[in-house]
Amino acid sequence: MTQYTTDFGSLHDYKKGKVGIIDDDPKRYVFSNLFEAAAKAQPWERVAVAKNFEYVIESVRAKGISPWYTAAHDEFVLSMDGKCRVDFVKLDDPDAVVDPESEGAHQLSGDPEGKNMGYVVLGRGHMAMLPVGAAYRFSADEDCTIIIQTIDGPVTVHRWAEICQTEA
Amino acid sequence: MAMKAEALDGQEQISNPRGLPITSDFQVDPADNFTGYKSFRAGSFKFRRDEYFVYLECPKATHQMPVDAFLRALMRDVAWGFFYGTVNFDQVFGTTNFYGEVDMFIGATNEAYTKAGRDFVERFKADQLMEIFKEMVSDWTNEGYDPFAAPMETGVPWGVKNGDNDEAVSRERVTARRMVGLPGDTPVRTDENGYPVNRMFADVEQDQPEVHAEPGFEHEVSAFNLFGYLSRSDVTWNPSVCSVVKDSLFCPTSEEYILPVEHGNDRCEWFIQLTDEITWNIKDGDTGRPKAVVTAKAGDCCCMPADIRHQGFSAKRSMLLVWENGSPKIPELIRDGKAPSVSVDF
Ligand SMILES: [Fe+2]
Repeated sequence: MTQYTTDFGSLHDYKKGKVGIIDDDPKRYVFSNLFEAAAKAQPWERVAVAKNFEYVIESVRAKGISPWYTAAHDEFVLSMDGKCRVDFVKLDDPDAVVDPESEGAHQLSGDPEGKNMGYVVLGRGHMAMLPVGAAYRFSADEDCTIIIQTIDGPVTVHRWAEICQTEA
Repeated sequence: MAMKAEALDGQEQISNPRGLPITSDFQVDPADNFTGYKSFRAGSFKFRRDEYFVYLECPKATHQMPVDAFLRALMRDVAWGFFYGTVNFDQVFGTTNFYGEVDMFIGATNEAYTKAGRDFVERFKADQLMEIFKEMVSDWTNEGYDPFAAPMETGVPWGVKNGDNDEAVSRERVTARRMVGLPGDTPVRTDENGYPVNRMFADVEQDQPEVHAEPGFEHEVSAFNLFGYLSRSDVTWNPSVCSVVKDSLFCPTSEEYILPVEHGNDRCEWFIQLTDEITWNIKDGDTGRPKAVVTAKAGDCCCMPADIRHQGFSAKRSMLLVWENGSPKIPELIRDGKAPSVSVDF
């Protein structure tokens, strides 16, 4: 039987495609590579690589231990290429930490106050929920790339001109 | 600045940009003596198939499609409930979804037809047109042929009527409410529940993440192997909702061969290539003029503007994260010029 090899790509080994123009402006396609965006970012910078109205997908270089974050809505994280742990704390008073009407992830100034909920360890391709009402923190012994499904917020970094194809 | 769809209050009524009346006469004609297939009518549209082809007729034009391409496209249109915006079966025939009502057309998204006044559009109640489409895909699909499957993994659609495959053609689009794998939500796929790993994804790891939930938090501390889930998909080009942040829908899918339709979305749609490679042919949504060819490799992120149509080609089965904004207000905002047809201005 034919052996197929799945091409995953990773922070340290990715190939980038392109927008081949016939008659259009390449900027309209907002074309970037999430591994490249993570590779060029500081650890834990949450760089937007996709945006649709208020919603974003952030690409993050996971390395060491992240700050604690929380949001007034669910978020989801997907490990693209490595091992990343996520710790969860059920906030005693989530509304005091983050405005319940607010959007996007908010960074906590210190450690969260609340009950330990447990943790997950994600490998490549594993997805976890970052549930509303919880604070969460990522950690990764070796750097890898995670993407986060969330809403544009105070920790979202926009550097489209640096990460996207602009020329035909 | 995040632009919010909610902030710009759209109309609650179903939009009808062409101002068309609803057509509601449908007919199923008896099976042909020779081929054994039924024929169908929806308004002034007539549909008939023989051993190789589907024949479409409307008052202004006739059109012919190979039956494999037609059935693959029809299957998606049915399973997706007419999906977002326009589903072009090819460069001539298709449907445009107005969420409750649907325009069906010949030539309406083809510059040559519209310039010559040869385009023809009729409007239907979505549930009524869906009923006739479902009957068509059921009658025209033979035993052993699955229009959802990659062509190398299923039988052939050709020939005279020979049984059916209703189990395959009545699959519905999987939609998780919060996330796949949560208690009470869409279950993960396993050998046991009938989803073996696809032959082209034999090297995808099937381990599940370590989940250490403290007592009482099992519903919230949750994770699953998305790549494993996608490697076990038995269908192609069928985005299914896996995780939900309000109107932000992650709809990953496994892709092999050709997207059976040219999708002209009524809003921006994002493609995050998770593995392998897809080539996208991009054409203008209204005219069909070629605009770009996008090569997407693992990790590439690409927005499909709201004014184009796209069709993908995947030589090896690949995993694609289709990312949709399900807000019902967006199409109207874009049509009224209150929102741009690109997602990021930089
Ligand atoms: Fe699409």
